[in-house]
Amino acid sequence: MARTYVLLAVTWTRAAAQYPLSMALLTVGSFIVTGLDMAAIAVIFAHTTSLGGFTLPEVMFLYGTSGMSFALADMLFGNVDKLSQHVRAGTFDSMLIRPVSPFIQMAVDRFTFQRLGRTAQAATVLAIALAHLHVPWQRAWMIPLMVLCGIVLFTAIWTLGGAIQFLLTDAPDVANAFTYGGGQLTQYPLTVYGSDLVRTVTFIVPLAFVNWQPGLFILGRPDPFGLPYWLRFLAPVAALALACVAGLAWRAGLRRYRSTGS
Amino acid sequence: MIELDGVGRSFTLRRKKGWLRGETRVVHAVRDLSFQVAAGEFVGYLGPNGAGKSTTIKMLTGILAPTSGHIEVAGLDPSRRRTALARRIGVVFGQRTTLWWDLPLKDSFHLIRLLYKVDREEHRKRLAELCEVLELGAFLDKPVRQLSLGQRVRGDIAAALLHDPLVLVLDEPTIGLDVVSKAAVRDFLRTLNAERGTTVLLTTHDLGDIERLCRRVMLIDHGSLAFDGTVEDLKATAPDETSIEDVVTRLYTRQARL
Ligand SMILES: Nc1ncnc2c1ncn2[C@@H]1O[C@H](COP(=O)(O)OP(=O)(O)O)[C@@H](O)[C@H]1O
Ligand SMILES: [Mg+2]
Repeated sequence: MARTYVLLAVTWTRAAAQYPLSMALLTVGSFIVTGLDMAAIAVIFAHTTSLGGFTLPEVMFLYGTSGMSFALADMLFGNVDKLSQHVRAGTFDSMLIRPVSPFIQMAVDRFTFQRLGRTAQAATVLAIALAHLHVPWQRAWMIPLMVLCGIVLFTAIWTLGGAIQFLLTDAPDVANAFTYGGGQLTQYPLTVYGSDLVRTVTFIVPLAFVNWQPGLFILGRPDPFGLPYWLRFLAPVAALALACVAGLAWRAGLRRYRSTGS
Repeated sequence: MIELDGVGRSFTLRRKKGWLRGETRVVHAVRDLSFQVAAGEFVGYLGPNGAGKSTTIKMLTGILAPTSGHIEVAGLDPSRRRTALARRIGVVFGQRTTLWWDLPLKDSFHLIRLLYKVDREEHRKRLAELCEVLELGAFLDKPVRQLSLGQRVRGDIAAALLHDPLVLVLDEPTIGLDVVSKAAVRDFLRTLNAERGTTVLLTTHDLGDIERLCRRVMLIDHGSLAFDGTVEDLKATAPDETSIEDVVTRLYTRQARL
């Protein structure tokens, strides 16, 4: 499956490489747009020394890890919420006659490395943050695991958004509210939001496990909301649980697929 | 090779009637359909618009699950074993392409090789063969969206056969083609069936397809089988009509009146 994905991605990239200028412009463009996010944080710190009780390098750390998870998930699987477009165009029928899961085919459809601009930007911010934070390796091991769980969480939300469209063919924006919303939300320390919202994103839509709970562990911080300590190790559980829910929803949706009358 | 046993497929349609109120209506696209197609047969699947031809094809390929009954194609239940069946069946939709709109035709073929995991050497040989008989050489480098309808359909047929399937199903493959392209497609399908022994089932509104290609004809109307037999049998149902067009017209209108 992963091999098929990579082979298809290479083919799409090669096809896009026939227009190298537009590819370069898009990469630079996405780097600049996301750079403006960072500028917003810089502006905040020009007037104060902390944001929600966190120092600039700590905020950059949260921003960088959330950004990496989001950008990688978006690049690899962000397309799966385009389901209703594919249904209407009839391309979903075409995917169903191939011996590869339509989920993979949709995810890799028109794959480009263009979104790597966002990943690179987030990785740069993270590198700068880590250079200032001196996280000991006893806690730093959590960083790659956290980014991976974040990718799984965002992918699961996109998948849920896609699965919903099997039933409601005109509701593609539901998913975006959660993924892009979630991507924005987790850029900042959750302390800037109210505690009700934090409880929601901890226990219901488990976005707090993208970078907040494991991030508190890595930064060696007590939980400002007084939630139990063991929650910070629960990111893999949350990611796995949401992935299972998303997978089941997708399969249930696929069984109800009704194509279009020609 | 193809077996249907009491197959039905219905669609529930919901029409909004103001806030929260709705009306549901059930459309029976296919009902209680049973037939068998043996390996190596060439079958024409006829029926007026909305008769349920495309719905049947979609169930044969596993795109749609039947709401009742049982289907087996090449030894597999299509909706349960869809991906396994994909390697044994080829599908062509005349009305829309299964190729990638923006990619050159040869890139589409490359993607198909990757999807079906066809061995590189085998793929090269098969593609060369198909390019020759379907005369694809001249437009392999063109994006699919720039192809003429005849070129596109030939490309689609090649794409459906690259993995050497046991069964080929085609939904209106000759629709909108000029006489020359039509003849090319028919010749190709006839040879494929005769020489490779590929089982072929095609839907069409073109009775020329039926007369020149199909030994067996099935006629479906309002979702159920109205006729199943040879072309001669079909003509015999209306002895006083001279052309097959008239025979079929009579059958269609008789069904409509019932
Ligand atoms: N996805 C669908 N949703 C609702 N109704 C459908 C759908 N597909 C087909 N139908 C209905 O089922 C009937 C048969 O359609 P179809 O199989 O496309 O007919 P044909 O291909 O013989 O023209 C039609 O009444 C059509 O409106
Ligand atoms: Mg049809």
